[in-house]
Amino acid sequence: MNKLEAIAIGCSKGGFNALKLLLGALDPRLQQTLLVCCHTGGGTDVLASLLASHSTLPVIEAGERQPARAGTVHVAPGGYHLLLEHDRHFALSVDEQVCFSRPSIDVLFGSAADVYHAALIGVVLTGANGDGAEGLAQIRAHGGIAVVQTPDSAEAAAMPQAALDIAGADYCLPLEQIAALINRLCLT
Amino acid sequence: MPASPPDTELEQIELDLFVQALRRRYGYDFSQYAPASLTRRVRQLVHTHHCGSISTLTARLLHEADFVTKVIRGLSVPVSEMFRDPPVFRALRERVLPVLASYPQITIWQAGCAHGQEVYSLAILLQEAGLYERSHIFATDFNSDALLRAQEGIYPARDAQLWSRNYLEAGGAYSLASYYSARYDFIKLDQKLRRHITFANHNLVADKMFCEAHLVLCRNVLIYFSNPLQNRTLELFRDSLVRGGHLCLGLRESLDFAPVATDFTAVDASLRLYRRTSQPASRERNEQA
Repeated sequence: MNKLEAIAIGCSKGGFNALKLLLGALDPRLQQTLLVCCHTGGGTDVLASLLASHSTLPVIEAGERQPARAGTVHVAPGGYHLLLEHDRHFALSVDEQVCFSRPSIDVLFGSAADVYHAALIGVVLTGANGDGAEGLAQIRAHGGIAVVQTPDSAEAAAMPQAALDIAGADYCLPLEQIAALINRLCLT
Repeated sequence: MPASPPDTELEQIELDLFVQALRRRYGYDFSQYAPASLTRRVRQLVHTHHCGSISTLTARLLHEADFVTKVIRGLSVPVSEMFRDPPVFRALRERVLPVLASYPQITIWQAGCAHGQEVYSLAILLQEAGLYERSHIFATDFNSDALLRAQEGIYPARDAQLWSRNYLEAGGAYSLASYYSARYDFIKLDQKLRRHITFANHNLVADKMFCEAHLVLCRNVLIYFSNPLQNRTLELFRDSLVRGGHLCLGLRESLDFAPVATDFTAVDASLRLYRRTSQPASRERNEQA
């Protein structure tokens, strides 16, 4: 079994289209837990169902106290920060916004790093603010793998650029190549 | 990649000692809070107060006068809105208030009232339904600092726009602006709204029931509790409710997996609006067991 346990993905502006492309190209045999935080502004109750039809893996909204499942994409619900407990169940919070966002990518990434340590891949995609950069730095500090979309291939460059500036990356790739990288890292 | 990853075991020891210090010295028990959010808040306190480590934070908590107030403020993070989740307040207005109207005296308990945004929203609903004169609302929180803020009813003016929209979406007939006066960057709610509200310190972790309520509102508090504490708190709500009394939880909270689920029926499950059914059968079962 591959040692990687989870993949956490963050994005905001342009994120929906990026996620469609990424999730549609993942290998359906992946056994890792996928966590997605996408700022959409307001209620995102429909995000999971919208993404489901484009994804090779099942997509559900992460539910309070529900287990993080293998081979499943969990989307952070709108208006709440998404965190993980050490028993790999989800926890939600309405703590203050981080980087003007709730859910915040920093919060999800930081919490996932606490739980999965080096067995985690953090992915920062297109977005219009700096959320995710601190979280990605925490993932790297725990020995996890950082993947950042090349800013010039992103619909909004600010988020991947901030991630590169603050956290750096193990891989910086155009969006089209990120799914293949994840498949390779997770299946070999 | 840095040579040594964060020492999570050490942090856990420090966190345990911090929680113990807070409980033994000041009586605030966070040992049954869900760990992920608690850890995040404690780390924020370390950062905000430039402590460097949780151990240093603990030392200041134990030795520095009044530091505990700052710690409690940081651990309770009272974030809310007026008429937050408008469909919930619309349901309270359209489905719960008509039931409350059948009682000669109406008692409401809002547990975890934070800065009071939701309790004033309730007062407005009751006033517009012509029920406020025979209502009493207990608004409780364990954070005394937040209670003072709630009593003042002063909020940043930048929030008013969203709250006005919420109010209208919740079925408000007027304008939220008719309930506050604006000055500089702040709004102050009409103090007449306070006349049937009692603000009181109550800690769901340690304190008992104190009223017989027709409606208990507790939103986005249980998400911070571990399962056993959440179950115990739900039992407290059940025991505090009259038969047929309503319970309103946060939109991501649920009764479904709690032992008290059998004592409630859903009025609108998607809005987390429930009603206490008959005499609590589960309590009798527990007593026999």
